[in-house]
Order: sequence, then C-alpha cells, then structure tokens
Amino acid sequence: MHDMILEMLGRVLIPATQLFGAYILFHGHLSPGGGFSGGTIIGASFIFYSLVYRFTAKKHRLKHETSLLFEVGGALIYVGAGLVGILAGRHFLTNQGVFPIGEPGRLWSSGMILLVTLGIGAKVAGTVFKLFQELLEGGAEPDGHH
Amino acid sequence: MRKAITVVILLGIGVLFMLMVAEMPLYGDPNAPAHQGIMQKYIADSARDTGAINTIAAIIIDYRAYDTLGEATVLFVAVVAVTAALYGGYEHA
Repeated sequence: MHDMILEMLGRVLIPATQLFGAYILFHGHLSPGGGFSGGTIIGASFIFYSLVYRFTAKKHRLKHETSLLFEVGGALIYVGAGLVGILAGRHFLTNQGVFPIGEPGRLWSSGMILLVTLGIGAKVAGTVFKLFQELLEGGAEPDGHH
Repeated sequence: MRKAITVVILLGIGVLFMLMVAEMPLYGDPNAPAHQGIMQKYIADSARDTGAINTIAAIIIDYRAYDTLGEATVLFVAVVAVTAALYGGYEHA
C-alpha cells in the first residue's frame, strides 16, 4: 500500500516533530519539559514514520534492534552519568562538584541534568516506539515478520 | 491451594500498604516533612546547586535523580513484559 498524501504529510511533519522533540529535550533544564515529554514526542515521530513507510519498502522499516539500541543506550547514559560520581569519589548520581555546572540559564549548563535528560529522552523514545512495534508486529511468527 | 496462597499473600501486601498509608501525614498538615523548609531550600538554592533554572528539572534529575532512575526502570520493565508476553514460547533475538 502506498499513500501519497500520508507520505507528503510525513515528509513535513516527521522532521518538524523531531525538531520540536529535540528542543524540548535540550531545554529540559531551562523551561517546562524534559526527558520524558521530549522522548515521547520523538517516539511519536518514529511511530508516524513507521505508519507512513511500513508497507512501502523493507529498507524503510525501523529495525527492532534500533529501538532496542535507544532503550538500552538511554539507560546506560543514565547509569554511566551516575557512575561518574562514584569514580570522582562522591555519591552515585552526584552533580555538584563532579560535572561542570556552568552559568544558570545558558544552554550548556547544569552539568549532569542535560546529559541525563538526553539519556531519558532516548530511553523513553525507544520505549514508546518499541511498545508500538511489538504490539504491531510481534508475537506472530518466530522471525517477527508477517 | 495456589489460589488460597495468592489471596493470603495479596492480603498481606494490602495490609502492609494500608499500614504505610496510616503512617503518612495528613493532607495539609503543617508539621509534615514536606513543609519543614525543603520547599524554600529548593526555590532558593536549586539554580546555584545544579545550574538548572527549571526547578522541576533540578529536583527530578539532581536532588531526586535516584528516584527518576527507578521511574526509567518501570518503563524498561514494561517493555520487557510486553515483549515477553507477545513472544512467549518463541525464540526471539
């Protein structure tokens, strides 16, 4: 099935959605928003991509490994940021004194918070998309394809 | 027999939770731990302590970062549960 209207809409809306999600993520320490909301928006753009291109070509499928990478990578960023605190001789997930805090109000500030927000964003985007993917394609055949 | 054991365990967990709720401070209680100055500390010091001008982000990812790690774990368990339920009995890479 190939839907031209859906595809043209997707070409405009998917990059716009992802840009907005990245804005929410990168401004998590400056304005309302953060890892969970920004990650959900980016995950929604993946779902839209999957809905638009699912039936057109195999190469347009987002692989299960991709969503798994987001999911696990986000968790590893979070835990890794926490372990830096231990390596620096402080507590797990210490920000002050371990990460450069910078000037409050600037984009590159708040040290660990920005890093962890990006990690949560990747993780939540992976979660949202993987749940969609598994419910859409999963559980049918051993290889996961119809 | 298994059902009886399940009911007993669930009742035990329920009683534990109710005991925990009974220990919680009343809503709006001025002596509650939440009203002992922690609010003022967050508002006054969060920008200096964490560098984030969004106090919510300062709380959930710095002061309470360990708690948020638990929340992220909930999402992880949700994905694992859905995958396990859908692929039950199959080998899945």
